[in-house]
Amino acid sequence: MYAPDFAYYRADSVAEIGRLLRKHPGAKLLAGGHSLIPLLKLRLAAPPALIDIGRIGELKGISVADGRLRIGALTTHAQIAASSEVAAHAPALAAAAGVIGDPAVRNRGTIGGNVAHADPASDLPTVLLALGASFAVATDDGERAIPAGGFFQDMMTTALGEHDIVTAVDVPTAPEGQGQAYEKFSHPASRYAVIGAAAAVGLTGGKVGRVVVTLGGLVPAAIRAGSVEQALSGQAPSADAIADAAAAVSNDLGPDLIGDIYASAEYRRAMAPVCVKRALTAALKRASSVAEAPAARSPWWKPSWL
Amino acid sequence: MSTRIFGSGIRRREDPRLITGSATYTDDLTLPRMAHAAMLRSPHAHARITSIDTSRAAAAPGVVAAYTHADTEGAVAPAPCAWHLPDSDLKMADYHCLAKDVVRYVGDIVAVVVAESRYAAEDALELVDVGYEPLPAVIDPEAAAAEGAPQLHDEIAGNQAFHWQVAGGDVDAAFAEAEVVVSDRIIQQRLIPNAMEPRAALASYTRATGELTVWNTTQNPHIVRFLTSLVLGLSEDKIRVIAPEVGGGFGSKIAAYPADFVTMFCSRKLGRPVKWTETRTENYQATTHGRDHVQQVELAAKKDGTVLGLRCTVHAGMGAYLSTAAPGIPTILHGLMLSGVYTMPAVREDVYGIYTNGTPVEAYRGAGRPEATFMLERMMDVLAARLDMDPADVRRKNLIPRFEDGHDVVTSLTYDSGDYPAALDKVLSHADYAGLRARQKAGPANGAYLGLGLATYVEICGLGPSQVAGAIGFQGGLWESAIVRFHPSGKVHVFIGASPHGQGEETTFAQIVGSELGVDPQDVKVFHGDTDNTPMGWGTYGSRTTAVGGAALALTARKIRDKAKVIAAHLLEAAVEDMEYEDGKFFVKGAPDQHKTIGDIALMANVAWNMPKGVEAGLEASTFYDPPNFTFPFGAHLAVVEVDAETGAVTLKRYVALDDCGPQINPVIVEGQVHGGVVQGVGQALWEEAVYDEGGQLVTGSMLDYALPRADLLPDIEVLSTVTPSPHHPLGVKGIGEAGTIASTAAVYNAVLDALRPLGVSSVRMPLTPERVWQAIRDAKKSAP
Repeated sequence: MYAPDFAYYRADSVAEIGRLLRKHPGAKLLAGGHSLIPLLKLRLAAPPALIDIGRIGELKGISVADGRLRIGALTTHAQIAASSEVAAHAPALAAAAGVIGDPAVRNRGTIGGNVAHADPASDLPTVLLALGASFAVATDDGERAIPAGGFFQDMMTTALGEHDIVTAVDVPTAPEGQGQAYEKFSHPASRYAVIGAAAAVGLTGGKVGRVVVTLGGLVPAAIRAGSVEQALSGQAPSADAIADAAAAVSNDLGPDLIGDIYASAEYRRAMAPVCVKRALTAALKRASSVAEAPAARSPWWKPSWL
Repeated sequence: MSTRIFGSGIRRREDPRLITGSATYTDDLTLPRMAHAAMLRSPHAHARITSIDTSRAAAAPGVVAAYTHADTEGAVAPAPCAWHLPDSDLKMADYHCLAKDVVRYVGDIVAVVVAESRYAAEDALELVDVGYEPLPAVIDPEAAAAEGAPQLHDEIAGNQAFHWQVAGGDVDAAFAEAEVVVSDRIIQQRLIPNAMEPRAALASYTRATGELTVWNTTQNPHIVRFLTSLVLGLSEDKIRVIAPEVGGGFGSKIAAYPADFVTMFCSRKLGRPVKWTETRTENYQATTHGRDHVQQVELAAKKDGTVLGLRCTVHAGMGAYLSTAAPGIPTILHGLMLSGVYTMPAVREDVYGIYTNGTPVEAYRGAGRPEATFMLERMMDVLAARLDMDPADVRRKNLIPRFEDGHDVVTSLTYDSGDYPAALDKVLSHADYAGLRARQKAGPANGAYLGLGLATYVEICGLGPSQVAGAIGFQGGLWESAIVRFHPSGKVHVFIGASPHGQGEETTFAQIVGSELGVDPQDVKVFHGDTDNTPMGWGTYGSRTTAVGGAALALTARKIRDKAKVIAAHLLEAAVEDMEYEDGKFFVKGAPDQHKTIGDIALMANVAWNMPKGVEAGLEASTFYDPPNFTFPFGAHLAVVEVDAETGAVTLKRYVALDDCGPQINPVIVEGQVHGGVVQGVGQALWEEAVYDEGGQLVTGSMLDYALPRADLLPDIEVLSTVTPSPHHPLGVKGIGEAGTIASTAAVYNAVLDALRPLGVSSVRMPLTPERVWQAIRDAKKSAP
């Protein structure tokens, strides 16, 4: 619980982060600190320097333009969960942000830090993959965008290069008629996802149109459930059709499922169709009444400084 | 007694400082020239230390000293076990404060580093070079007792710390006569107490005076002082132990710990104050754990549900060494409660205390009684299921009828008072039990199976008569003390030997004085937790502070009242026999207008201008109260759960808790104690377990893996009560600190198993995680014809 020695720097702009990263090899970025600080205190990480990016205004805030939500990397989970823009245009993201950890975690943890850390049991990667998000990244040579599909590569591993900085997350606004849901099987202690299933579904003439289903928590990095999508696409959304399609998820899971003392890999494999079914059912319910977007989850306590 | 003060739910006076962060805990204290200690703990569950070298650590920047066992030889005795269980073949292994030659659990202390800052000390820990030769480890108490198991202590065969038996009635005849015998194997998993404040010690030894002052996170500072004098060989008059604000204990702050003695040793050796505060990781590894029973239980009954006898064998994991009070927990506090609230003609229990390569096990909220209640309450439900009777009916059939002044039970205890049928009936009608059963009969809704779980319980509190303490091997007394001192202005200081650490006695004890003497509780300040300014007392555990210390205080207040009456008679020029007292006023019978208040008398007694002949100045009294018997709070709890058969997930929908602790001094505090207690018991049923891997590593080493109860997983708790005064307590009160925990694990477990009954499931290992429930449903399906 006592971190090893490290140097501390504070960056006031994105450009300065880059300069500091180049100057201090091995330095880590400190945003909300909710993943990094525990690693330091358990002495599982010992970076020579921390670069505090927490006060950079240009990395904060939520805006909507040109058919996409832009969420600054330093935006907290609580802000995302409470945002009316996110609730209107990416309701599954609002729902997922509202069930991360507990209020203290949500008030400090940031979306940029979350995705860059790429914990397999995290909620946001699963939802961002389902919603077709992409990440705005500042690099040594300028800016680039990395789609979520190529971003999360493996456990704690992303497509980010050594000096790359996630500056914002771009989420396409939900098309008219689409229903979204995030179903979480929560670990009672850590509140990480034992299984997280996200679904985004459109209805065309009473049949399932474009459907995206993703899973996290039980795989090293969030995945698309292509077999489920294929099985459901074009079907009338009956309970049986949903259950049958959800059962197909076993084809998408691969051999390397995560298991631990709380939930074994075998159990998670058995529960994946249940979570997918529940996510799809909830999403389809909303798809048929898309005008009524679910209200944003407001934090139970909002600090005065927010 | 003034009803306005006694029984009033006034706000806890402790809370403003606690909730605004202005309270001072041990770790908040800083002394001049203070150094910081960090403990190097064994990473192995069992290993021989082949070499140890602190020279690199000692030379590191900021390091003051580094010590190992060799440095403490002759200066620090082993941490003592103070409950010498008689007739049990007790074998106490030496618990060296710094490991000697062998480490026996992950967390055993191998070395200590003292430095100018905690960071420097932690950095230097990495420079202590220790060679280990790993040895085989064993964690499960049954496995540790088996032939061929790894042996922890050379001189203790079969890892058996003790074998204790309780027997009453003719149990063999009961089983011979039985029409039905039901049995179960129950695992009371190992739990981690999780006090909000980790443990800490700040020791300050002054060479010039030879005096040692220790600030310590303890539930019993007077015991720590006494044991410190034994372990460090210091004169008891030169030791002062202070328990400043203590942030919860739940039993885990009863023990006198090796780390505390090591910290004191460092201060004495260096002539500087030394502070050590455990990290949460250390808290999980080395602060005592709770429960850890493997229970094999059988219940004999007639076909009509009448119980005839209970027979059981328990393997209780003690961990690597016997902690301070450990041997008494799975025996005296467990076995004597086996007949519970029922007319039980015969019981026999064999308890084997077994050394394992786990953290030492101690009292944990309820301490032995939850394990007994669970065993019995589970068997009542199994019996009900076997006979196809309602669990409430089986209980009702066997409940001891109402009694007001003593009832002897088969384990040789005499319960003080109880009305168990009334408690059960009130819970059933409040909850609309019949309606819930009807709903259950209608079948599952959306795959959710409804389950109802009852637990009717009695527990043993108010420990206890000191003569009994001696007879059961407790190496101390169990009385309590109080001093009440009136100042000239009528304000009051109370000094008690017990050591509350969150329970609210600063408020309730002020209420006792207020109601006995007619002063405003706001004008009563309660001092506790400092051996230099409080009278001797044996500590706060076992729900005994109000049950014993509260009695001492009430009797002291009555002594004050008697003296005040004499002074009042003198001032009113009347005979003492003619004096009456009511609500803080003393007057001559029939003339209440001409009165003296307790404040008037406090002033006169302190200035002593006009005192009756032969009466001493001052208004102060003290009492050392040794109770004539234990107290026996009781109650009935009902849990309502839903089980999602598809996932195995359990949702606690309702919880009704009826607890009878006698007259309630402050019902709001009672309710708070019930809430906290219930939640800790629910935690055992549904979430909590200290898990070790096969090598003895603690897998649930932090709050990321060890699942504590969370507010959003619990329903509002419906708190009910009945009031059955204890006939032998001056206030009739019995104690409420542990009641919730004692009943709730069984109630929730019974509810879940009740829900699972239609699915053919009859037993699931706790905690009832979704996977375990799901697996049990699957297994039952597979084995169904």
